[in-house]
Amino acid sequence: MLAKTIAELSRALRGGELSSVELTRAYLDRIERLNPDLNAYITVCGEQALAQAEDADRRLAAGDTSPVCGIPLAHKDIFCTEGVTTSCGSRMLANFVSPYDATVVEKFNAAGAVTLGKTNMDEFAMGSSNETSYFGPVKNPWDTGRVPGGSSGGSAAAVAADLCAMATGTDTGGSIRQPAAFCGVTGLKPSYGRVSRWGMIAFASSLDQAGPICKSAQDAAIMLNVMAGLDERDSTSVDLTVPDYTASLDQSLEGLRIGIPRQHFAEGLNADVEQAIRAALQEFEKLGATLVDIDLPNNELSISAYYVVAPAEASANLSRFDGVRYGYRCDNPLDLEDMYKRTRSEGFGDEVKRRILVGTYALSAGFYDAYYRKAQQIRRLIKQDFLDAFKQVDVIVGPTSPHAAFQLGAKSDPVAMYLEDIYTIAVNLAGLPAISIPSGQSNGLPVGMHIVAGDFEEARLLNVAHQFQRATDWHSRKPSLSGEDAK
Amino acid sequence: MNWETVIGLEVHVQLSTRSKLFSGTATQFGAEPNTQASIYDLALPGTLPVMNREALRMAVRFGLAIDAEIGRKSVFDRKNYFYPDLPKGYQVSQLHHPTVGRGSLTITLEDGSERVIGVTRAHMEEDAGKSLHEDFHGMTGIDLNRAGTPLLEIVSEPELRNAKEAVAYLKKLHSIIRYLDISDGNMAQGSMRCDANVSIRRQGDPELGTRTEIKNINSFRFVEKAINYEVMRQREILEDGGRIIQETRLYDSDRDETRSMRSKEVANDYRYFPEPDLLPVVIDDAYIEAVRAELPELPDQKRERFVADFGLSPYDAGVLVSSREMAEYFEQVVAICGDAKLSANWVTVELLGLLNRNNWEFVDSPISARRLGDLIARIKDNTISGKIAKTVFEAMIEDQAEVDAIIEKQGLKQVTDSGEIEQLIDAVIAGNPDQVQQFRDGKEAVFGYLVGQAMRLSRGKANPAQVNQILRDKLK
Repeated sequence: MLAKTIAELSRALRGGELSSVELTRAYLDRIERLNPDLNAYITVCGEQALAQAEDADRRLAAGDTSPVCGIPLAHKDIFCTEGVTTSCGSRMLANFVSPYDATVVEKFNAAGAVTLGKTNMDEFAMGSSNETSYFGPVKNPWDTGRVPGGSSGGSAAAVAADLCAMATGTDTGGSIRQPAAFCGVTGLKPSYGRVSRWGMIAFASSLDQAGPICKSAQDAAIMLNVMAGLDERDSTSVDLTVPDYTASLDQSLEGLRIGIPRQHFAEGLNADVEQAIRAALQEFEKLGATLVDIDLPNNELSISAYYVVAPAEASANLSRFDGVRYGYRCDNPLDLEDMYKRTRSEGFGDEVKRRILVGTYALSAGFYDAYYRKAQQIRRLIKQDFLDAFKQVDVIVGPTSPHAAFQLGAKSDPVAMYLEDIYTIAVNLAGLPAISIPSGQSNGLPVGMHIVAGDFEEARLLNVAHQFQRATDWHSRKPSLSGEDAK
Repeated sequence: MNWETVIGLEVHVQLSTRSKLFSGTATQFGAEPNTQASIYDLALPGTLPVMNREALRMAVRFGLAIDAEIGRKSVFDRKNYFYPDLPKGYQVSQLHHPTVGRGSLTITLEDGSERVIGVTRAHMEEDAGKSLHEDFHGMTGIDLNRAGTPLLEIVSEPELRNAKEAVAYLKKLHSIIRYLDISDGNMAQGSMRCDANVSIRRQGDPELGTRTEIKNINSFRFVEKAINYEVMRQREILEDGGRIIQETRLYDSDRDETRSMRSKEVANDYRYFPEPDLLPVVIDDAYIEAVRAELPELPDQKRERFVADFGLSPYDAGVLVSSREMAEYFEQVVAICGDAKLSANWVTVELLGLLNRNNWEFVDSPISARRLGDLIARIKDNTISGKIAKTVFEAMIEDQAEVDAIIEKQGLKQVTDSGEIEQLIDAVIAGNPDQVQQFRDGKEAVFGYLVGQAMRLSRGKANPAQVNQILRDKLK
C-alpha cells in the first residue's frame, strides 16, 4: 500500500477503502522502523501529522476533491514550517523553530496534505551526496553503503523507501534531479519563477527552485498543480497561468523531436548509464519520437560559471546567520568580532564555509569583473545554446548523472563532487524546467534520464515522462530493504 | 595663503511611506523596540523583499522636482557588511542604476545672489536598525523598528564652496522634500541626515584635496559649525606642512569639533552585486508623466508667483516660500485680508518671531491663518491701528476668541469719532502750553511730541491720521 502513487492512494481514500489516519500511521510506523538506518528524516511530526490526517478524513468525508487531500508527504528541511524545527541541515539552525510557513508548505496544507516530517539534506543545500548534513548522511535505500545524491537526498530516499507518498525538494544545480536519479524516483525542477521561493531558505537566489520528488510523472503533475503559481511575496515568481499539468499527460509523442546533446554522451559517462539512456531513447522512437543530434557548445563552462554565481549569492544569503537574532550562537563571546567569528566557524560545516569564501572572493573589489560579471555573461551564452537547440527540437534528453550512486565517502575532493552536476547545472543557469525519471539500472542501481524543455513547458516534460512510464516499468521498481516486511 | 573649500553633501532622507521599503511593516517613529519588525525585517531565513511602489513614486517625484534624469530601469544591489543592526548582513541599495540620475537645484545666498548646485544622483535604499549601547550591562541592545525604512540618499556634486552654501543647499533640499510631501525632514528625529565631504585646495588648483567625511550631522546649525571646524582643522594641518588623511569623522556638538571615527584607508569592501531577489524596476514615460502631473507648486515657482502676483520683494517672497507651511499660511492670510505686503510683514516678523521663540511649528501656532487675516483686515478698515494690532496679537496667543471679540473685550477699538479726538487734542493743547508755543515759533519737531501725548491720552486707540490732521488744524 505504501508504495502506491498519489493517484492510486487518492482513489483509495476517496473510495473509503482507506482513511488518511490509517495511511499516516502506516507511514509513521515504517519511518520508525527504517529511518534509524536510512536517516532520511531529520524531524518526524507524528502528532501533528495524525491531527492533519483527521482533518483530511473529515474533508474527504465531506467530498473534498483535492487529489492530495489526506496524502502523507515530507518536506525538505529547507522549507520553513510553522512551529517545527527548520534546520536546513545545519548546526546553525538546529534550534530554529520557524514562526511561519513557506508558500509551498502553506499550499500543501491548504490542499489537505499531511506533513510527516522534514527530510535530511546537504547543509544549506550545498552538496551532491547528502554527506554535508550536520545530521549525518542519508543512506541510499538501494544500497545503504551508497549515497542518495544531494542535496535533496532525504526526500529522494524517503520516496524510494516508501517513507512517504511524496516529498518536496529544491534544485539549485541538480539537487532534485540527481538524488531522484540515484534513488530511482521521479524529480522535477520547474522553470525559475514557477514555484514561490517564499519560506524556502535561500542558497543561490537566482538559481533556487522548488519542485516535486515522487513516484511517477503523473504524481509530479499532481504535486506541481498544488505548488505552482504567482506569489506576491516572491518578486521573482511569475504571473503566468498555471495549466492543469495532468490534463496533457496522455498526449501522444508522435512527431516529438528529441535533441540528443553530443556533450552529454562524451568522456566521463559510465558505459552502463549510456547504455540505459540509449535503450530509453529507442523506447521513445517506438512511441513515435524522432532523435536529433544537437550541440550545447558552452555546456562545459556551466560548472565554472555556476561555482562563481552560486557561491557569490550564497555568501550574501548566509550573512544573516550571525548569532544575533536566532539560530546558533557560540558560548561566551568575548566581543562582537569574536561572536561573529566563532558563531560562524562553529555553526557552519566545511563545505558551506568553502563556498562562502569562494563567493566572497569572487565579489571582492578588483575580482568582480573577472569572476561574477564573466560568469553572468557565460550564463547568457548557455541560455542562448538552449534557445538555439529548441528551434530544432521539442525536448532535450540525456543522462541525469554520469554514473549511478557512489559509495559513501568516495568523493573527498570537492571539485570531483562539483562535477557530479555536469548535466544538470546548465539548466539552472538557463532557468529551464527539467525532470529526472528512472530509465534503467547499472549493477542493480537506478539510472536516471534527464529531460529538459523550454521555459515554462513543464506540461510537455510531464507528458513525455508519463508516456515513457506508461511504456516501461523502471519507475515502479523498488529497492529491497532489510527489516522490511513483505507487504 | 588663499584656500578654496570644496564640499559635497550626502543627504539621507527617510521617505514618509506608511510601510517599509521591502516589507509591509509600519514605519511609525517612537514605537516600543522591535514591535515594528516583521519576519523580513528580522531577516528570518526564507523571507523575501517586495518593493514598496509608493517609495518609488516618491523618489521619482523628487527626481522630477530637481529636473533630474529618471532611471527607466533601476536596479537594486546588495551592499555587504556585518553589523548587528543590519539584520541580513547586507543593505539593499542601488549602485550603478539609481532611480534618480543627474539633476540640480538653485540656492539663494545671503546677498541675494543665486547658484545652481549639481545633484549627482539620488538612490533608494533601506535603513538599518539601531544599536543601543546603554542599559544592557556590557551587551548591546538592537532595535529593528527602523530597519528597512525607505531612504533616498541624495548626493550632491562637490560644488559647494563654504559652510553657508552647504546650509543653503540643505535648507533648499529640506524645503523641496517638504513641498513634495515625501518626508517630514525632521533632522532631530533622524528623518533627514547629512554627511559632509570636505576638502580644501589652493585657490586655482585644478586637483581636489584629500577629503574627509563628517557623518550624521543632525541640524542645520551643526552642519555649518562642523564644516567650519573641519576647514579650519585641515587648513592648520596643511599650513604646517602636514597631510590630510582620508577618513570618516564624527562631529561632537558639545565640544564643537570633529573627531576621527575610522580610517577609510582600511575601507570596507562592500562587494556590491545585483540583488537577485528583486527584479529591475522598469518605468515608462506614462508613469513619469503621471507623477509629473501630480507635482505640487515648488518653492522656486511659488516665489516667482509671489513676486509677480503680490508685488513682494524677492527677499520676502524667498523667506515665505522657504517653508511650505509658511507659504500656505501666508496665502490663507492674504486671501482673507487682501493685503499681501502687510500679510508678508505680519507672517515673517510677528508670527515667525512668536513661533521661533516658543519652538513651535506652523501647525502648533495658537493664531490660525484665518484669525491673523481678520486681524490685518481690522488694520485695513481702521478699526485698530497697526500698533494696537500688536496688542491684539499678543492677546490672541492666550485667547482663542475671534479677533473682533478680543478688540471689543479689551476696549481697543480705534477712536475715529472726530468730536472725541478733538476733545483729546484740546486737552493736550491745554496741558502743554510751552510745547504749543515752541511749535508755533517754528519748531516742527515738537509736533510729534504732541501727537504722542494725544495718542497716550487715548491709550493708543485714536486714529493716528485723524490725530495728525486735527492737531495741525487746531495749531494753525
